[in-house]
Amino acid sequence: MIRSSGLWSALAGRASQAVLVAVVVGVVSFSMMQALPGDSAYRIAAGRYGYDMMDAASADVVRTELGLDKPTSVQLANWLGSLARLDLGKSAVTGNAVADELKVQLGHSLLLAGAGILVSLIIAVPIGIAAGLRPGGALDRITLGASIVLRAVPAFALGVLLMLALAVHIKLLPVAGFQSPKHLILPALTLGLGLAAVSSRVVRDAVSEAMAADWQLFSRTKGLSSGQTLRRHVLRNATLPVIAYIGVQLAYVIEGVVIVESVFAWPGIGHALVHAIFGRDVAMVQGTALALGLTYVVLNLIIDLCCHGIDPRRRSIT
Amino acid sequence: MLKALALTMVATGMLTSQISIAADKTQLNISSPWEIASYEPSVSGFAFYRLGVMETLVDATVEGVLEPGLATAWEMSDDGLSWRFSLRNGVSFHDGSPLTAQIAAAALQRAFANPGMLKKAPISAIEADQDDVVISLDRPFAALPALLTHNTTVIAAPAAINEDGAHIAAIGTGPFAVDTFTPPQSLDVKRFEDYWGDKAQLEKVSYLAAGRAETRALLAESGDADLVFSLDPSGYARLTGIDSVETRAVPIPRVVALKLNAGHSFLEDPRARNALSLAIDRIGIATAITRFPEATASQLFPPALDQWHSKELQPLKQDIEAAKALLAELGWVAGDDGILSRNDERFSLLLRTFPDRPELPLIAAALQAQWREIGVELNISVSSYSEIPAGHKDGSLHVALYARNYGLTPDPIGTVLQDFGPGGGDWGAMNWENTEVAQALQAIAATDDQAKRDADIATVVKTLQAELPLIPIVWYQHTVSVAKGLQGYVVDPLERKYRLNNISWSAE
Repeated sequence: MIRSSGLWSALAGRASQAVLVAVVVGVVSFSMMQALPGDSAYRIAAGRYGYDMMDAASADVVRTELGLDKPTSVQLANWLGSLARLDLGKSAVTGNAVADELKVQLGHSLLLAGAGILVSLIIAVPIGIAAGLRPGGALDRITLGASIVLRAVPAFALGVLLMLALAVHIKLLPVAGFQSPKHLILPALTLGLGLAAVSSRVVRDAVSEAMAADWQLFSRTKGLSSGQTLRRHVLRNATLPVIAYIGVQLAYVIEGVVIVESVFAWPGIGHALVHAIFGRDVAMVQGTALALGLTYVVLNLIIDLCCHGIDPRRRSIT
Repeated sequence: MLKALALTMVATGMLTSQISIAADKTQLNISSPWEIASYEPSVSGFAFYRLGVMETLVDATVEGVLEPGLATAWEMSDDGLSWRFSLRNGVSFHDGSPLTAQIAAAALQRAFANPGMLKKAPISAIEADQDDVVISLDRPFAALPALLTHNTTVIAAPAAINEDGAHIAAIGTGPFAVDTFTPPQSLDVKRFEDYWGDKAQLEKVSYLAAGRAETRALLAESGDADLVFSLDPSGYARLTGIDSVETRAVPIPRVVALKLNAGHSFLEDPRARNALSLAIDRIGIATAITRFPEATASQLFPPALDQWHSKELQPLKQDIEAAKALLAELGWVAGDDGILSRNDERFSLLLRTFPDRPELPLIAAALQAQWREIGVELNISVSSYSEIPAGHKDGSLHVALYARNYGLTPDPIGTVLQDFGPGGGDWGAMNWENTEVAQALQAIAATDDQAKRDADIATVVKTLQAELPLIPIVWYQHTVSVAKGLQGYVVDPLERKYRLNNISWSAE
């Protein structure tokens, strides 16, 4: 009883948060686009026609077509009205429905981000546990060094290095593109290594803290073997901060995705957002920011639910 | 766990790469920096045209000579005010529907209603007349067939257009039909078996837009892409040493130039513009930044435009002392910090440029240092390129640096007329008008008799070189990496199309 009511209130909280995020993100991204200097009709015409064909006449065509001469309050009200009808409008640059573009791009980005997080866990969890079991040992110090180096290398440089090593020299993987599953491996590795650099240290700290806890000693005293203690108590306790940290890492994933996507020619949402900002494609910026904002809300909800499932104390308190 | 993953990765990698080795030889992979945003010809016509999906009424050879496309013949009326294009018979679109004059005329009407190449011609009407398309003009314009080679004038099937007139698919008449399209990154096309002309030998072609030059160079080096366009200097140098690819650089009619506001009090005298030109170390810029010293611009039109490139002109060159003397003649005196001043006004200008072509901000920085030598202070604003036409329109522009393509069509008169004709152009002269040049350009536009045009072209290039409404700096080289074993690929200096139906793999 207590358990399900806690769950429902968490869901209700996140749902109202989602509505708030939608409105705030829409209004803020609209105002930011309005605040940018320069005439947006010119920028949109540039995004559409390229500089060989773009001129003042084409900017005037764009202005009339998109109604950019209308007051900004009318433009914003139109967008909010459409949003209430679940219509994100049309891209000013491509003329396609924003929702259709997002379907393709958000899908590709989530796939890449998910694969990146998976790679980071595959690397970070075993290394973090091994390092955390012997804090200060050789492995701990080596992995600390590696983690600092990897975090310091920008995703762009790491991506190019991995392309050189794994695609050009040993020809194991394709350099860039997105058409087949093997195209996913290099960008996921680029993203995953950057994430693992930090999350391996979080795992290591959580494990070493759990190993030093009183209950760990108690569990050994009551007769559990070190392996049993590790599996039943240490890992379960150490998982909580790690899962919470993955939630925090999502911010880095989105930041990393923008760069990794353009290096690997991956048709994702980060890449689309950057182009939309350059092209003053307000509907597309709003749609993209909205999709990213809502993704955060959903992922945070999933993290809440995971923590809820792992930690029995939360259930009894709420 | 890790070992198992690594093994699976290696296994899938080996498996898939073996499959791709067995499957290639009728497949071609292309990579270039240009993204394909939508189906709209005014936005993405270049890609559908280059990949052989869409076609135009008029075609052109690599040398720029016009040849029949979807129209087999064309003729101008005696008064020069009407053009009749006879349509090819038996042409069908990729969806099986036949090409008719009505469809072609409707496509050209849409092209004329949107920004694009047809806007450069004085068109009053586009109509279908039986099997012909008839285009009426307000005044003679002999270069009309050349404009109809441009990718914004492609002919799409009616099924590709919705009731609002928007393109929702790319259904053309070319040797390749769209297979899958993932905007903005990739387009896969497959051979169209019912093509009216020479059928392609390749079965499938994949196009990947890779914005980063580093990525493209590695795609070429690894063999993931067989044709890679637009390499940066370091990538080009690296690929030159790789055995599996051949690098080619051909001069194209694109020129990096400075646009000057000739209405600005500092720049209105041609001597001031000449002084700024004399201060520029073009060889240094071409050697250190664009890295093709042979592409130093001695005049506006590059040798690739052989009818417009003049061998008689005195080449532009650097002469700091002559530049200083010209400015002194105009009353400029050096101040304490070395910057010139006149009537309490500092010789300070703002240059607008943009980062989309990465060499432009570097060239701007070089100009800043070079003009400092003659006492001219140059501030640089790197922003969107749309700031240049915007500044032209509101008159706030001083100097702009950009790359202008005079090879959009085989005959550049449409672009030249727009840039240097009456009133100047967004990407051409600003507050500069020359009656002789304007009359010569109108005369060139009105005739296709080369002998008559030559004298007028000579007048135009001579005046542009003397008056410098635009200061040319370097010409462009189009760089391509071609995989060894690819036959029949010819680099198109006009960057119009890839001519994929002439390409095949040699049997090893």
